[in-house]
Order: sequence, then structure tokens, then C-alpha cells
Amino acid sequence: MTSRWKEIVKKIDDYRWEIPTSYKEGMSVPGLIFSSESMLDHIFEEHAFEQVANVAFLPGIVRYSLAMPDIHWGYGFPIGGVAATRVKDGVVSPGGVGFDINCGVRLVRTNLTEEEVRTRIEPLVNELFCNIPSGLGSEGKIRASGKELDEVMVMGSRWAVERGYGLPEDIVATEESGCMKGARADKVSAKAKKRGLPQLGTLGSGNHFLEVAVVDELYDRDAARVMGIEDLGQVLLLIHTGSRGFGHQICSDYVELLGQAVKKYGINLPDRQLACAPVDSPEGKDYLAAMASAANYAWTNRQFILHWARESFAKVFNKSQAELGMRQIYDVCHNIAKIENYDIDGKTEKLCVHRKGATRAFPAGHPDIPEVYRGIGQPVLIPGDMGRYSFVALGTEAAMAETFGSTCHGAGRLKSRGAAKRSLKGADVARSLAAKGITVKAGSMASLAEEAPQAYKDVSEVVEITHQAGISLKVAKTRPIGVIKG
Amino acid sequence: MTMTKEFEILDHTADVGIIAYGVDLKQAFANAAKGLFSLITNLGDVDEALHRDIDLTAADEESLLVDWLNELVYYFDAEGILFKRFEIIELNDTHLKARGYGEKADNTKHELKTGVKAATYHMLKIEKNNGYRLQVIFDI
Repeated sequence: MTSRWKEIVKKIDDYRWEIPTSYKEGMSVPGLIFSSESMLDHIFEEHAFEQVANVAFLPGIVRYSLAMPDIHWGYGFPIGGVAATRVKDGVVSPGGVGFDINCGVRLVRTNLTEEEVRTRIEPLVNELFCNIPSGLGSEGKIRASGKELDEVMVMGSRWAVERGYGLPEDIVATEESGCMKGARADKVSAKAKKRGLPQLGTLGSGNHFLEVAVVDELYDRDAARVMGIEDLGQVLLLIHTGSRGFGHQICSDYVELLGQAVKKYGINLPDRQLACAPVDSPEGKDYLAAMASAANYAWTNRQFILHWARESFAKVFNKSQAELGMRQIYDVCHNIAKIENYDIDGKTEKLCVHRKGATRAFPAGHPDIPEVYRGIGQPVLIPGDMGRYSFVALGTEAAMAETFGSTCHGAGRLKSRGAAKRSLKGADVARSLAAKGITVKAGSMASLAEEAPQAYKDVSEVVEITHQAGISLKVAKTRPIGVIKG
Repeated sequence: MTMTKEFEILDHTADVGIIAYGVDLKQAFANAAKGLFSLITNLGDVDEALHRDIDLTAADEESLLVDWLNELVYYFDAEGILFKRFEIIELNDTHLKARGYGEKADNTKHELKTGVKAATYHMLKIEKNNGYRLQVIFDI
């Protein structure tokens, strides 16, 4: 019953599967799914093919509507989708970025070992939980004024660093140096600002988390060393959050506004959630300016959280920052649209690359990555579920050639939140994680059940596919020992 | 005449949705809003201590439904208001006037369950067949 997809897709090789334009009338390019044969069964059952095909309708889309192996059914765009559109005659779609604009991951190294941290893991997790506001309805400790919020939108991480929250080198080790250009506070609604103000400096709920992890396996020791990852058993810190209600409201506002633009520009779409406008139109430019404001808010948010995490480590281990060595390895976006140049048929073309649940994966030598990583490629951060592992990888030339410099972003859900809650109890999830040596503190037991490891695909299968396909290469695997959930 | 079922929860892998019923569109809109807040908290714990008036104009019926629910998401996220009851005062294809009753969220009284980011157009349905049936998927 599950092999019906075999009649639809064309196998290119073991990791690449094409959905031809004949699959659905209106597709202007084929779909290309990076997956193993065994994972395609689930992808097909989920109707994700349909969404990959729908994205191929977008005017100006180049080459393929792409799907990473962690693809799952989203709204409009699939999650794990990548689409590049020509700036000169293509469109930008808020649905191709998602509601949580610049939801992303920040990875930090430490000088601590698993042995040292295990003895203090309970107080550490408790301290992090108290020091970093998390959970539904929580408010931040940052009391920014409306004018300050406008500055955050334009400045990004630097706004926090200038006020003593973090170090200048954190900015260098952040995608876009933590500040996306073109942000304009006047393109953001009063509603978004009202939602954003109290939530600055909060982790949020749902799949957002903070994780104390241990290096479990090294695949490329030389590259790992460049990142400050020296050996197995070294403790790292992973922060996963985004632009909170601020970004959600901007997306809602612009799906509505661009829904009108679709009529104005006579664009034919199979799904209203794909609402879009020409990249070069007033509506398209306004969205990109508002989106950049949310991206900068998200980086500022992660900057605050990193600062409080450093404080918590210093307090619990009674060590100075120099002794702790908590240097930021990198910070990546998982939900974003970027204007980037690619070689298309021998000509340099300016494209709007939508990454919705996908990570930029630039290769060694690329001018847009920090100098320290130019010899190895951009670090790619791929969190898994809270019971198993996460990965660090590197961007490649193959990603530039095939996927507009993009790769996967995580495990991808397997079970709906409802199904997870029906089959699992939060307390049991906490107990089974404790049995595996993972200390968890969550704002609500329901969120713990919804986010249980069993609700997710195995991220190692996802990462193996992108590794074998060559669009990102594995450097290290980590496993959690302490987790904070909203 | 009243419908026996007000709404039900719809499972979706990454997100969650609701199906709301009503003898007329007004009742279905009110039940959709109730369904939304039942995802966020247990409605039985919410008192009617305050109200908010909502007045919306949209391009069509579908936009109006999405805007209505997103307006309520906004009130929860920006002001912490949990609504439990809704009066739809006026409703046509492009205009809605309503009043929502509820109170401010209080973590000693209300269990906050699921954070809703937004209502989406994805798989959105407004069906009329012996009353109304609305389907909405939320990004959570």
C-alpha cells in the first residue's frame, strides 16, 4: 500500500527522488526530495508530496522545489522545504519562511567535561530553568521600551551585546553577524510590537529548548578542533528558540497582506497559505523588511539567553568565564528568506532563497561565513529530540550546486502532538529520560509528552542522508544530559 | 435549535486543528473560538471577569475566519486574556463584530497547555450542509 509513491517519483540515486512536473498541472519546476527509500513511505503517507508540488507553482522558482529528508507536512510549504525564486521576476512568500521567523539554534562550547557536570547537573538545570524565562505566557526580564524595540529590530544581537549581554565575538560567530540588513521598524504592525515587547529574552514553549550536551562521537576531528570541540565527553550548550509572538504576528499580518497582492498581481496558487508577492514589488519589499526585523529580534533573544546561561554556569561551578571557556561556536537560522547569488546556467543570478525548516550550508571559502571557518565550511547545527542526539555538520560545495546552499534542520515529527499525549504521560517521559541519564525540567508535563523522543524521527537517519548526498558533512554527534523545556 | 457538538480537535503531525459546528455561521465562528481556547487551557477554569470588543473587516469569509482567530491569539499573547464565551453580534462575508468574555491568565488558577502561534489557511474549510462546519489548522 505504501509503494504507490513509486509510480509518482523518479529515482535519481539512493538519496534523490524527483517529482516530475506532470504530477500536478501548474508546477513550473519538478520537486526534488532528499530521502532514503525507507523514509519515503512516511513522507508519502503524510501528503508532503502535495506540498512540494504546490511550492513548484511559485512564479520565478528556479530548478526545483526542494525537500530535505526531515520534511514533514506543514501549512502551505512543507517543513524541510527549500525554494529559490528569481529576484527580478519571482515572488517572496511569508509561508516559505514560517510563523517563527528565524527560529534557530546557537551552539556554545565549554571547557567542562561530562564528569564535572554530572555531579552538579540537578543544580545546573534548576539554575538555568530559574534564570531563563520559559513556558507559555512567560514574560522576559528585559523591560524594553517601544523605542528600544525599534532599535532591536534594526541592530540585532549587537543591541544586547552593547548592553553587556554577551561578547563581541558572539556576534562574529552568528549567521549574518546577528543583524540582517534591510530591517525597518515602520513595516512592523503595532500588534506585533505589542506581542514582542514582553517576550524579548524568553525561550518560549513547544519545541523550543535549552540543552546541556556531551560530545558523543567525532567524525571529523580537525574540523571539530577549529570549532573548539576537542574531545569526546566535552560539554556543549545548545539553545533553540526564535522570534516568539513578534515573528508570529508579522507572519500572520503579511500572509493577509500578500493574500491581497496575489489577486493584484494575478498569481495562480493552489493553497492560500502560499500567499506571495513579487520580490521586487512594494508588498514583497515590505515583507522582507518586516521579516528582517523579526530575524534580528530572534538573534537578540538568543543573545540574552546565552548571557543568562553563562551566568548560570559560572554560579553553579563557581568558575570565571575564562575558566569555563563558553565560546559561541555558531548560530544558524532555520526559518528565513535570504537574497543570495547563485550560478544558474553559467550566469550569476540573484535569488530569494526560502528556507523553511532548513539550514544554510555554505562551503569552505565562502565570503559570508566567519573567517575562522573559511578553511572548513560553515557549521551546520541540527538538533534532534531530547532523548537521543544532535549533530554538528559542515556546509559543502555540493549544497551550493544543488540545494542553494541548504541542508536539513532537525529530526522532523513522526507523531502528532495529540497522538504523543494520548500514548505517553509527561511524568513517564521524564522518568525514562532520567533512566538514560538525562535531567529534564519542563514548564508543563503536557509539553514534555508532546515533545517526547518517540514523537520524532531518528535524526541520525536524516543526517546520514544529507551526509551521503554530500549537501552537509558530519563533524560531531552530541547527546543530552540536561534539558530545559518551555 | 442548538448543535449537540460544539467542536472537536483534529490531529495534524506538526500542528493541531479544530472542527467547529454551528446551526448558523455566527454560532460556528463562536465555537471555533471556543475550540481555540480549549487548546490553550481548560475552559471550565476560566471566569467571565472582563470582555473585549472585536470589529474586523476582511476580503472574504475565509480571511474573516482566519483574522478572527488570529485576533484572539493576539489578545492572549499580548494581554494574557483567556476567553471562554463569545457573542457574535454581526457577521457577513467581509465584516465581523463580536464580544469575547474571559479573564487574564493566572498560573495559579489556569493550566496553560498549548501555545498557538497562529491560525492558518492550510486545509481551511467553511462548509454549509445542515448548518455549518468549519475546519482550521493552527501552527503551534
